[in-house]
Amino acid sequence: MRVNVIVNGEAMTADDVWEGESLLYALRERLGLPGAKNACEQGECGSCTVYLDGIPVCACLVAIGQAEGRSVVTVEGLADGESLDEVQRAFVECGAVQCGFCTPGLIVQAHSLIASTSGVPEDAEIREALAGNLCRCTGYEKILDAVRLAAARKAAL
Amino acid sequence: MKDFAYVSAPDVATAVRAITEPGAKFLGGGTNLVDLMRQNVERPDTVVDITRLPLDRVEELPDGRIRIGAMMRNSALAAHRLIRTRYPMLAQALLAGASGQLRNMATVGGNVLQRTRCPYFVDLAARCNKREPGSGCDAIGGFNRNAAIFGASESCVATHPSDMCVALAALDATIELESVRGVRRLPLVGFHALPGDAPQHETAIAADELITAIELPDLPVAARSRYRKVRDRASYAFALVSVAAALEVRDGVVTEARLALGGVASRPWRAHAAERALMGAPATEESFRRAADAELAGAVAQSQNAFKIELARRAVTATLRQLHLPGGAA
Amino acid sequence: MRYVGQPIDRLDGVAKTTGAARFSAEYPYPNLAYAALVHATIARGRITRIDTGTARKTPGVLAVITHGNAPEMKPAPKPNQFDMSTLAAATSVNYLNTDEVYWNGQPVAVVVAETLDVAREAAYLIEVEYAEYPAAVDFAAEEGNARPQKSTMLSEADGRKGDAEAALADAPFALDLRYTTAQVNHNAIEPHSTTAYWDGDHLILHEGSQNVAWVRDHLAIRFDLPKQNVRVISPFVGGAFGGKSFVWPGTVLTALAAKVTGRPVRMMLTREGVFRTVGGRTPSIQRVAIGAQLDGSMTALIHTSVCQVGRTGGWSEQVTSVSRHLYDAANIQVQQNLVGMDLLANTIMRAPGESIGSFALEATVDELAYELGLDPIELRARNEPARNPLDGKAFSHRLLMECFEEGAKEFGWAGRPQEPGSMRDGRWLIGMGVAAAYHPAWRFPANLTVRLSDDGTVLIRCGLHEMGMGSATAVSQIAADALCVPMAAVTVAYGDTALPDTTTAGASSQTASVTASLLAACAKLDRAVFTLARKTPGSPLRGLRRADVTARDGGLYNGSRGESYHDILRRAGRASVEARVGADTRLGEIADQVRSMSKFLLDRRRWVKAACGAQFCEVLVDSDTGETRISRWLGVFDVGRVVNAKTAASQLRGGIVMGIGLALTEETLVDPRNGRIVNASLSEYHVPVHADIPVIDVRYLDDPDPTMPLGVVGIGEVGVTGVAGAVANAVFHATGKRIRDLPITLDKLL
Repeated sequence: MRVNVIVNGEAMTADDVWEGESLLYALRERLGLPGAKNACEQGECGSCTVYLDGIPVCACLVAIGQAEGRSVVTVEGLADGESLDEVQRAFVECGAVQCGFCTPGLIVQAHSLIASTSGVPEDAEIREALAGNLCRCTGYEKILDAVRLAAARKAAL
Repeated sequence: MKDFAYVSAPDVATAVRAITEPGAKFLGGGTNLVDLMRQNVERPDTVVDITRLPLDRVEELPDGRIRIGAMMRNSALAAHRLIRTRYPMLAQALLAGASGQLRNMATVGGNVLQRTRCPYFVDLAARCNKREPGSGCDAIGGFNRNAAIFGASESCVATHPSDMCVALAALDATIELESVRGVRRLPLVGFHALPGDAPQHETAIAADELITAIELPDLPVAARSRYRKVRDRASYAFALVSVAAALEVRDGVVTEARLALGGVASRPWRAHAAERALMGAPATEESFRRAADAELAGAVAQSQNAFKIELARRAVTATLRQLHLPGGAA
Repeated sequence: MRYVGQPIDRLDGVAKTTGAARFSAEYPYPNLAYAALVHATIARGRITRIDTGTARKTPGVLAVITHGNAPEMKPAPKPNQFDMSTLAAATSVNYLNTDEVYWNGQPVAVVVAETLDVAREAAYLIEVEYAEYPAAVDFAAEEGNARPQKSTMLSEADGRKGDAEAALADAPFALDLRYTTAQVNHNAIEPHSTTAYWDGDHLILHEGSQNVAWVRDHLAIRFDLPKQNVRVISPFVGGAFGGKSFVWPGTVLTALAAKVTGRPVRMMLTREGVFRTVGGRTPSIQRVAIGAQLDGSMTALIHTSVCQVGRTGGWSEQVTSVSRHLYDAANIQVQQNLVGMDLLANTIMRAPGESIGSFALEATVDELAYELGLDPIELRARNEPARNPLDGKAFSHRLLMECFEEGAKEFGWAGRPQEPGSMRDGRWLIGMGVAAAYHPAWRFPANLTVRLSDDGTVLIRCGLHEMGMGSATAVSQIAADALCVPMAAVTVAYGDTALPDTTTAGASSQTASVTASLLAACAKLDRAVFTLARKTPGSPLRGLRRADVTARDGGLYNGSRGESYHDILRRAGRASVEARVGADTRLGEIADQVRSMSKFLLDRRRWVKAACGAQFCEVLVDSDTGETRISRWLGVFDVGRVVNAKTAASQLRGGIVMGIGLALTEETLVDPRNGRIVNASLSEYHVPVHADIPVIDVRYLDDPDPTMPLGVVGIGEVGVTGVAGAVANAVFHATGKRIRDLPITLDKLL
């Protein structure tokens, strides 16, 4: 089939794509957007988290046919040109990034959490909201710091 | 993954027609089916995408019942005001399942039809009567720490992994099924089968049927209810044992009780024996423990999961105790 | 120093938060093909039939490679301590060049196809039949077959002082305990992935690696190429923890698949594929026995271990190393034992040996303290050695008791009632535990160049590895300080065999190893630039001696007299000046290795060097269900000088979280009937999630080790040591139950 997906605000098309192929594979291998990471392909790690019609999902479990005509936002779509999103900025400043492989998925999930919370979310809320994003390097705490910082900055805007 | 034909169904009529193709499967949130397809446990010839069906609303019916569209996403259902206030155990059960992203994807209908997470079921190199009838069961005598303690058979000891269904069982929910042959309703309790000698038959759904809705009865006792999940990490793990409980106490005596257990059988386990033991009993720790004992008298352990019997006893007692405490429903 | 020690943002932070960083599976190539593995389903035997007919006919399939048609590869070389690259092979199996199966999960076929889905589908369609041989796959049952491990230059497997058994028998107080720990796996979030292509007889490989030179050298041997024909590119590695140190089958087979098809080939292992083809940490059975006087002073310490190795390879863990160093027992005996198994080779994983060895030792010390009625920290203080207990060597640096003191103060240790089960908050039982952390410090040769250009910028070319530690950032900080230039002027090129070979990113050694060479190179460069300036007509530095000149603000000055590097190079008409450390010829390299090895041995004869620390843990145990949650953590560490306060704290914290996983949730289940890993997924293998982890307070004393370059001691691994011990001790304090079997799952507490 020909796939039409709006990715990061831009209408994108790929031809001769099997509908059963995963959205993650299509993003990474066909559309040149490797930001969402492939780490388990089972929805167990959160590394491939992207927005699908505004809701964070695991792109590895979405068939590209299901995304036809829908809007996808990946980590590549969060920054405004050179200007990082507050969540990205906070991740860098707080030292919430190490190997960087879980980072894109975490940033999308954290971005969504902050967008759906007024003010700064409670620690327990952050921990539960991010429980589906496994990180093996950071020890998690700096990620918590980054989410609080980004939420506070966004709330102050 | 096997090459399959893909059909996107805009409405229920198209969906139930498409599913009559041999080897066709419905695809909802994909959180379980796609995973199983990738592991070749499921190999459909045709996939009927039902995520665009207009079945994603919660409605309050005139008689007080609640009708939940089967395409409703788990996260949306958990956040729904009617569910949070009238059936807190259901909202809690939904939030105890999987992760935020998966709850955003998983549908209510798909949750009901989840397959077991027994590790031998997903490993094609292992023997599994559920996956390949007659091949044997590697879980018996193997790693069965999280196997069933109720209703298991010599052919299968797998558990049903859903949290949501445990609450639905306690709530006496009804499942609405539709096919080209018509519409029918089945109680959720009993919808999932015990393995017997045919563990491949998991539910009462026919191959051509689609779950279109779940209905909840108007159940005042459910407003004071609780879901407790015991697992190997603080979040994002399947239940070792879970408890859905609702309790009504008047003058220190239990006047109504709803109790179901998860992680203990191939179906959400409605604890009728415990409910009977609770009715009319004083609302004390002693009664709660006795009720748990009444239910667990029928439990049978595998080689590695005897602890689940004691764990279930404690989890039931603790959940009822917490529910009975002031503010315990939260 | 302007930069060293500061909490500087990591240089790759923006690339990693925007999705711009390219990992090994993310290099686009035209005409790229995808590969998938078929894994053996028996533990030991021979392939009797392999039917690839349907797979080959599947549209989109380019090649199906089995032992029946694979091109010949050279076997892995025999390990040789004097040529470290011979250690690179993870297993001795010549993949697809044999019909023998040595472990359940060994690759028996590779499919290459136009898309990943087609490759995997075709892999599913391949049918394999086997003749099975008897196999030893049940670790618990094999304990009796363990044999003493042989010591090597790098790893001491035994040691004794006095007669510990006799002293134990005579001790007024004695404990003799048995511990078991489960197999665990690294589960770096990036699965092992390789992109490979052949350009004539040159092989180019994108591979997440902790040692690109090893990958290059190993593939050169296997494919019979001069090693300059192989290039390995690895600027970003998505976590490794030891799991990407050696060369595993996927890497070799991707190169083979690219050779067979003549196409660039990408292989992204599934999570299951990682479990089946990349080894984990060995399970262990340990004995720790301590004899003590009633005042707590130890008269005997015995620590023995049984671990597994695969028959085709496997790392021998230094499980008892902590007992050589931590306590001043009058008599000591340590002995490591190994049992060969028909399982995938185990491998190094964050603090191999010390992570699990410290669990057994520190739990026993805690138990001794309780039995004697002593505070566990006081017991440690009474046994703190002045010199290395086993052999009397000097410690280069050791502030272990200072770590305990600061930690105890900060954690509120003294205020706790010592009686187990005496603290409670509602249904939660509360317990506090403490344990020592300890990890030896290592340093290996590292080559690099430092180039100063006439625009004032500095380029460091160094094949170091960045798996998340912040290595390039740390190196930039050190170089900027050494040359007195702004950090923004420094660039580090890394993760590529086109650059000078550095060392492995393992044993927490990379920063110290690179720092030594970097400081030497910067000093050389400084001399070269000064000499250039002094000789250049018209230079304000003409006629001065080096001692009269200081480097500052990106130039060389004597008071206000002097000029910037930019001006020095321009005036001399030089585009750049470069300094190099390390040889670039094979002979020079061997000479370097011999030189550095003898220096290393001399150094080790003189000093015992290590990072150490004190881990404090508070747990909550649900009195109904036995669920254990960590509620507070404090680690105070003596890790020498800290180069970057931000990345260092995260390294330590990440180690602690991995230790919490080891203590509470992680276990690779190997079916004792057939050696097959049963929970080969992140769903059933439980790494700690965000919700499991409390606030972790990490402190360090920041006191440089005088014998290490810049005072730097590795920090990558010490964080994981002592953690499981502290958790087990806290669980005891909460519940009164001693759990001597990891992980401490709730069923053990009911």
